[in-house]
Amino acid sequence: MKATVKITLKYGVLDPQGKAIEKSLGQLGFSGVNEVRQGKLIELDIDADTPEAAEKQITEMCEKLLANTVIENYDIQLNLAE
Amino acid sequence: MQASVIVFPGSNCDRDVAVCLEAATGKKPNMVWHGNSDLPDSDVIVLPGGFSYGDYLRCGSMAANSPIMKEVVLKAQKGTAVLGICNGFQVLTECGLLPGVLMQNADLNFVCRNTRLIVDNNTTPFTGLYQQGEEVVIPVAHNEGNYFADDETLDELSGEGRIVLSYAPEDNPNGACKNIAGICDASGRVLGMMPHPERRAETALGGEDGKRMFTGLVEALS
Repeated sequence: MKATVKITLKYGVLDPQGKAIEKSLGQLGFSGVNEVRQGKLIELDIDADTPEAAEKQITEMCEKLLANTVIENYDIQLNLAE
Repeated sequence: MQASVIVFPGSNCDRDVAVCLEAATGKKPNMVWHGNSDLPDSDVIVLPGGFSYGDYLRCGSMAANSPIMKEVVLKAQKGTAVLGICNGFQVLTECGLLPGVLMQNADLNFVCRNTRLIVDNNTTPFTGLYQQGEEVVIPVAHNEGNYFADDETLDELSGEGRIVLSYAPEDNPNGACKNIAGICDASGRVLGMMPHPERRAETALGGEDGKRMFTGLVEALS
């Protein structure tokens, strides 16, 4: 089963890279950019019998390794079409 | 006193710190590969600086889950002193022995220079040879040294005297909350710090302010 995990910085946590991107966009002439936040996307292909089992397993992966929950949120999307 | 240095793939300050430990203890430290699951008896365990696992995912996150770290956490819980320097500090936060996280430096630049540090707590086994409030010079070299924790954790750390080292207020190199350069756990026996004491432990290296951390450990633990 394929899944993507989106990891983003929690609101309230300073995102210096997002700020730098925002500044660069302004310098390139893109106006009206109010905020930029960056994060990471992890694609997984795992063995799981049901979507529920997959989600449970990936949640554990996020808690143990993929995300640092002190500063990051994670969002799991299962790709059920494939 | 017997020291052990954990060596991760990508550690690059392991041999420097081993030289300092040997000078202080008179004994060669055990160099323990991260893939081992046995840790020889040690009075102090050092997690050295470097770029374990290439800093992949998050600094220290892979190392925190390597086999030897289970042993390190168990020994720390039983009272063995643990010192994490730079990447070692990042590993200590990732494995949960210390709270908070080391984020990317606020100005996005790698910083490599001397910093002025205040010793805020000289009652730990690591800082006994420094005066309370003493200012020392120890270099930093990192891209992710910007200490962050929620307000509750920060209040707890400062209330319990667990901010052991802080940057002089006008010399914060990375944007760290409360100018934090080093913190300890509730027992005081697990210390994580971004500055590199092993890089300033001989006059030939510009000063000896870092040396007392190692000689102090020997006094405290022997």
